Amino acid sequence: MTYFPEEVVEHIFSFLPGQHDRNTVSLVCKVWYEIERLSRRTVFVGNCYAVRPERVVLRFPNMRALTVKGKPHFADFNLVPPDWGGYAAPWIEAAARGCVGLEELRMKRMVVTDESLELLAKTFPRFRALILISCEGFSTDGLAAIASHCKLLRELDLQENEVEDRGPRWLSCFPDSCTSLVSLNFACIKGEVNAGSLERLVARSPNLRSLRLNRSVPVDTLSKILMRTPNLEDLGTGNLADDFQTESYIRLALAFDKCKMLRSLSGFWDASPFCLPFIYPVCAQLTGLNLSYAPTLDSSDLTKMISHCVKLQRLWVLDCIADKGLQVVASSCKDLQELRVFPSDFYIAGYSPVTEEGLVAISLGCQKLSSLLYFCHQMTNAALITIAKNCPNFTRFRLCILEPGKPDAMTNQPLDEGFGAIVRECKGLRRLSISGLLTDKVFMYIGTYAKELEMLSIAFAGDSDAGMMHVMKGCKNLRKLEIRDSPFGDAALLENVAKYETMRSLWMSSCNVTEKGCQVLASKMPMLNVEVINELDENNEMDENHGGLPKVDKLYVYRTTAGGRDDAPNFVKIL
Amino acid sequence: MAEGLGFEETELRLGLPGGGNDDASARGSGKRGYAETIDLKLKLEPAPAVGEDEVANEGIAAATAEQLSSSAAADGKMKRSPSQTSVVTSDPEKPRAPKAQAVGWPPVRSFRKNILAAQTEKGDRSAALVKVSMDGAPYLRKLDIGACNSYDELSMALEKMFSTMKESSCVPTYEDKDGDWMLVGDVPWEMFVSSCKRLRIMKGSEAIGLGGKCKIVS
Repeated sequence: MTYFPEEVVEHIFSFLPGQHDRNTVSLVCKVWYEIERLSRRTVFVGNCYAVRPERVVLRFPNMRALTVKGKPHFADFNLVPPDWGGYAAPWIEAAARGCVGLEELRMKRMVVTDESLELLAKTFPRFRALILISCEGFSTDGLAAIASHCKLLRELDLQENEVEDRGPRWLSCFPDSCTSLVSLNFACIKGEVNAGSLERLVARSPNLRSLRLNRSVPVDTLSKILMRTPNLEDLGTGNLADDFQTESYIRLALAFDKCKMLRSLSGFWDASPFCLPFIYPVCAQLTGLNLSYAPTLDSSDLTKMISHCVKLQRLWVLDCIADKGLQVVASSCKDLQELRVFPSDFYIAGYSPVTEEGLVAISLGCQKLSSLLYFCHQMTNAALITIAKNCPNFTRFRLCILEPGKPDAMTNQPLDEGFGAIVRECKGLRRLSISGLLTDKVFMYIGTYAKELEMLSIAFAGDSDAGMMHVMKGCKNLRKLEIRDSPFGDAALLENVAKYETMRSLWMSSCNVTEKGCQVLASKMPMLNVEVINELDENNEMDENHGGLPKVDKLYVYRTTAGGRDDAPNFVKIL
Repeated sequence: MAEGLGFEETELRLGLPGGGNDDASARGSGKRGYAETIDLKLKLEPAPAVGEDEVANEGIAAATAEQLSSSAAADGKMKRSPSQTSVVTSDPEKPRAPKAQAVGWPPVRSFRKNILAAQTEKGDRSAALVKVSMDGAPYLRKLDIGACNSYDELSMALEKMFSTMKESSCVPTYEDKDGDWMLVGDVPWEMFVSSCKRLRIMKGSEAIGLGGKCKIVS
């Protein structure tokens, strides 16, 4: 292939499906490395500290789309202290210096400032897509900058970010000349927006396919908008509370009737059950439905609606749906691929209307199910074994029994056998979260059978180091391992140190790892950053000694070419 | 509090699993009492519990086997298995038993938690006006049950409305979403608020046998 002109080689590379393959071809020889790097358009950085931004920009000067992820997953649950890191600024600044052709930026769990957003907006003339997920540190002023300066903006997608509200001005900053919007999601913005500005923006965006409103947008505005967007495919409603008059209901129904292309529905903020029947006409065409922010809807409301959704592939609900509601889902939604059932009550000693029975019913009715997130208060081995047999196609299986360490509700046994069945039957399993009472045995099963597993989340499980060792030994494709409140210590940590270089990261909190163990790890593996995070907490009983050495509260280990980071706060020690 | 109405059973308390709650209500209705709780004292207790629990376990295991057809969760007799019991000890190899609400547990994004908290504060509360009738009273009243946060507060609010409640034996009942008349106090408070459509205070002969005195909070 070296006899081909570069353009031909480049063209051949363009058929490579993913970054992984492109990384591989770039290792073949210097020529290929050069061709590949100059033609790379999409770059994915799974851990912002794994590589320096300057190096990425230097290597891929022609990149158009960049994705960067920051904090570890457990940051979602407040386990990572504020100010830990994950700053977007160095990435945006580096790109501004070396890569002005950038068009798309996706960031997850990062700290983004208004200054960075302004720099972004003003630097990249072809910028067209900004997707921020679970980020923080910016305000609506930053969004105003994006709206004002990104003349070709097609996508502004804000998912579950913490955004400081500085008024509705930002939405009015889209100039009249901006007609290119395809996707606008501001569901996480807390404040009001100007209805008139919103309607006008929608009216001049003929390509709009995805629109997710926030809680402040009233029904009448929604109706007016929908009348203008017959091609809308994805809608996040605004407020659907029960204040409105009959005419409003009728207008809403008429508006929905226009949206023949609608496939996905979410929002339902403060949704009143009375509004649901007006949505029934679109239900039959829906493939995605997110009702997980509507605690005001009860089981019968939900089931009446869902029974119409015969084409549903993705469903997110609250556990208010109850087991009997899940039975309706099972009989109505034969194409279901992804189900998430969230808790409406966060007390671990509380009570949930969904149990193992609901999940068994789903597994019987929805044979295509491949992705599950299920919060409940009880589970049994028998149920899990049944579920595993019914649904061998799981690629993601996350079960969260709310009470830590809770055994099988019928037999009082650990849930080892149940999860063992899951990993044995579901040969394509890539992501697994386990919970309930679990001994080292479950890890033996996981290590033995979960050969495709890439991400494993463990909480309050296991008896000894052997548990973690099973996983480290057996799960050949493991990329992310996150553990909390489990009895794994230095022996487990150090059993297979080379493996960490094949993984993106390891997180261990409230385990039995000591600082000495961490130091040993750091000294054996210079290509890893071993971050010891010890917060100062008056309630913290970390004075307890373990073999005479203080235990580490939180440990985050990740491979990196960047060396120790220089933006770490004082409670983070990088060994 | 009103003994007859079993308000204690619906209290959100923190105690060991199987901690004395012998409510074994039917499963399918989804209206169960709280059977599992975690004791705040857990981490301070020394090891002695281990031996006793293990002996107790065998007895319980036999009993449980017989009860397989009924919901083990609701029978309140579930003890933890030995390996979990050992968590109670001061064995340094095992991490401490989790505190009542461990940080970052359950694993739900704060964004979601905050939204749900805000919505349940705002949403149901303002729209929970229900008609309240009292047997023998000529006029009905309206009460915002959303403004109460517990059965205790509801009881106090009713007492303020109907002063004769103090004297006679009366039983508060309510009509739920399915149209059934239920005894107030069986289900968790939140569930009651969302399913209660109207209240009726029963008095006299009809009230007998339904739970006795409707005692007011002192």
